[in-house]
Amino acid sequence: MEKMKVLAEWSYDPAKPFRGYTGKTLKVNVGDMTFESKDVSEDMKDKFTGGRGFGLKLLWDSVKDTTKWNDPENEVVISGGPLCGVTQYPGMGKFYAVFVSPLTDQTYDSNAGGHFGPLLKFAGWDAIEIQGKARKDVVVVVDADEKKVKILESPFDDVNAYTVTEALHEYFGDPDDINDRRFSSVLTAGKGAETSFWGCINSSFWDSHRKMPRLKQAGRGGGGTILRDKKIAAVVVKTHDLSGTANNPADVDTLTRLGAKLHKEIISLDSKQCRMRTAGTPHLNEIMNEYHLLPTNNYKFGQHKDADNIHSKVYEKMFTQGIADGCWYGCTMACAKAVDGYELKTGPWKGKKITVDGPEYETAAGLGSNVGVFDPEWTTETNFYADHYGLDTISLGTGIAFVCECYELGLISKDNTNGLDLKFGNKDDIMELLHRLGEGKDDFALMVGKGIHKMKDLFAEKFGADRKVMERIGMEGQGIEVSEYVPKESIAQWGGYFLTLKGPQHDEAWLIFMDRVNKQLPTFEDKAEALHYFPNFRTWFSLVGLCKLPWNDIEPEDNATKHSPQEAARVPEHVQNYVDIFEAVTGKKITKEELVLQSERVYNFQRVFQLRLGKGTRKFHNIPDRALGPVWADEWEARTEYYDNELKAGGIDPAGLSSQEKCDRLQKIRREQWELLVDTVYKRRGWDKNGIPTVKKLKELGMDIPEVIAVVEKHAKPEDQWKD
Amino acid sequence: MITVNGEPMEWKREMTVRDIIDAKRYVFPLLAVWIDSVPVPRDDFDITEVPDNANVQIIHMISGG
Repeated sequence: MEKMKVLAEWSYDPAKPFRGYTGKTLKVNVGDMTFESKDVSEDMKDKFTGGRGFGLKLLWDSVKDTTKWNDPENEVVISGGPLCGVTQYPGMGKFYAVFVSPLTDQTYDSNAGGHFGPLLKFAGWDAIEIQGKARKDVVVVVDADEKKVKILESPFDDVNAYTVTEALHEYFGDPDDINDRRFSSVLTAGKGAETSFWGCINSSFWDSHRKMPRLKQAGRGGGGTILRDKKIAAVVVKTHDLSGTANNPADVDTLTRLGAKLHKEIISLDSKQCRMRTAGTPHLNEIMNEYHLLPTNNYKFGQHKDADNIHSKVYEKMFTQGIADGCWYGCTMACAKAVDGYELKTGPWKGKKITVDGPEYETAAGLGSNVGVFDPEWTTETNFYADHYGLDTISLGTGIAFVCECYELGLISKDNTNGLDLKFGNKDDIMELLHRLGEGKDDFALMVGKGIHKMKDLFAEKFGADRKVMERIGMEGQGIEVSEYVPKESIAQWGGYFLTLKGPQHDEAWLIFMDRVNKQLPTFEDKAEALHYFPNFRTWFSLVGLCKLPWNDIEPEDNATKHSPQEAARVPEHVQNYVDIFEAVTGKKITKEELVLQSERVYNFQRVFQLRLGKGTRKFHNIPDRALGPVWADEWEARTEYYDNELKAGGIDPAGLSSQEKCDRLQKIRREQWELLVDTVYKRRGWDKNGIPTVKKLKELGMDIPEVIAVVEKHAKPEDQWKD
Repeated sequence: MITVNGEPMEWKREMTVRDIIDAKRYVFPLLAVWIDSVPVPRDDFDITEVPDNANVQIIHMISGG
């Protein structure tokens, strides 16, 4: 590759991390080609902790109340958090990207593994804000070795992820030492990200075993779309200042001790528990099918007779075994599985042998059962091209599933799809749709790539499709597609998906087993308590730079015998590990209650941020009928006895009713339950009837920042306050 | 008769924890079991018999997707 032209550059002196923080954040504006360093205050650490918290704080300071996703002042802010980069304990290399989303028109946060988060910090920055819009494609480079930040002219005609990532790892590496490429990490999107709203941010790490870069994704919310809107082909970070103590932690012995214990736990127990080291997250495939939770044909069903074709044992055989597949150093969970030597059968790289990162469970289900396909090779191929084109596999899977159902219901036809026969399971035509999304020229594919929320408008307006039917079956909330679990039989999970800050992603709470199988949440107050605790506990991972999998995809052998059922579900020993690790890195002592408090501060701040952007009230916490229960007769008839009993439990005798009438009656009952859930959860969270955090709550949390209070006071109404 | 996660289930002589798990088709590997509030180690599921009238809790430990 020829030397890239420097458009702008800026020198800096990389700050060394101390107790997990560098104390500096970087702002790069690719529009006016400026650079800025900002100090991190103690107050910012206290209120926002780091990671997603820092991202939201910096974004808040940079946007207006009216900012839309494609306004130049919108940013992609990336931050790892104070624990990011620890190598002694598994799962500590995540970053969180924060931005105003093209799908939801409010803030979104999305996380990825790979080496970018840790290397950014070791290059001197607790966060990077990327703002502005370049006039032509650029590459942003943070090079701590040269002590420079640069904006380079992009040489890439093909902006797809693997093309750009491979070239840049080579470009910034020592030509005489291929493994020197591990000191860089590259963020990319792709051509599909440019023309759809489903753009993901790919984050690379150099795989020293395979001698190639691998890609992890901050998939959700359209962050990659924003990168491409800003004409950013890539963001590169580079530093050789990499070691097991680069965070300069307060107590490395504690980190080593806790890490050693968890490593031992994972090595000895994983094969008997979740098999993350050999199967990765697809270990869930057959489990979800057994419990009627595997989304099939746009979430109509939770089980399918061909599910054995996508059994985790099939994927386990496809994945290369015996390689340490951690996406950050020190992660013995090693669930970043890959298919090596896969020969592509379609698309621009047809015939080429490549390595595919994944598929993970979400992709195996989304670009598998949910679109009616039970062919792991086909799913593997879609996974590769989705990453390459920069498309989120979850939104892609759920979005195409919606299109297929619209097609089968006759709401859209082959005339509308430009000749594609988009029935569930029609592998060739669905694959072709993916390539058209990646190419970004076909007008139907362009509509699809805008996401379900906008597809409903477009299909109604352009094709006369029935809007009411699409509202019932379109699996989206707040503008973003539902991730890959069937939520309809768990009232608590309705909230886990649809009473969230940013839309139905499962990173806030996954309560289906607790609620529906374990029967641990019998009352609405119990469900609300879970919908308070778990979102707040889990938010903490996003503040400090952690992957949540080592928390509860492995558990100590005595977890269940040491604790009560209610306590055991929280995996207390691992929670205590996180409390101890926070102190060991930062030197600040916290309790497990304060850990949740750190999250609650940011959680409520983000809720107010949504309000500031014109969202964040009750009417945006919408749930489609398909998420509440069966919509059509065939869904009912797939589980007649079960659903008849559900109706009886609601006080209705199913005798004499048609299946469609039964569906409609159950929908009515569940819609009322939904409203009750919303009220109960809002009360527990300290929000008013309209879903707005109260001033009292913000004061309790120490988040009574004047400009935050001003937003609340502008929108809160006396009639929305609870009387008791 | 016994109770499993709050629901009645017919009791059988020499019934073990594993028999209940199989009957319920609980294939998830991270299960934790309590019989009348007493925990049963995972390695003992096959050999632990469940007495008649027992209150059995079979908890799927996952609390996050």
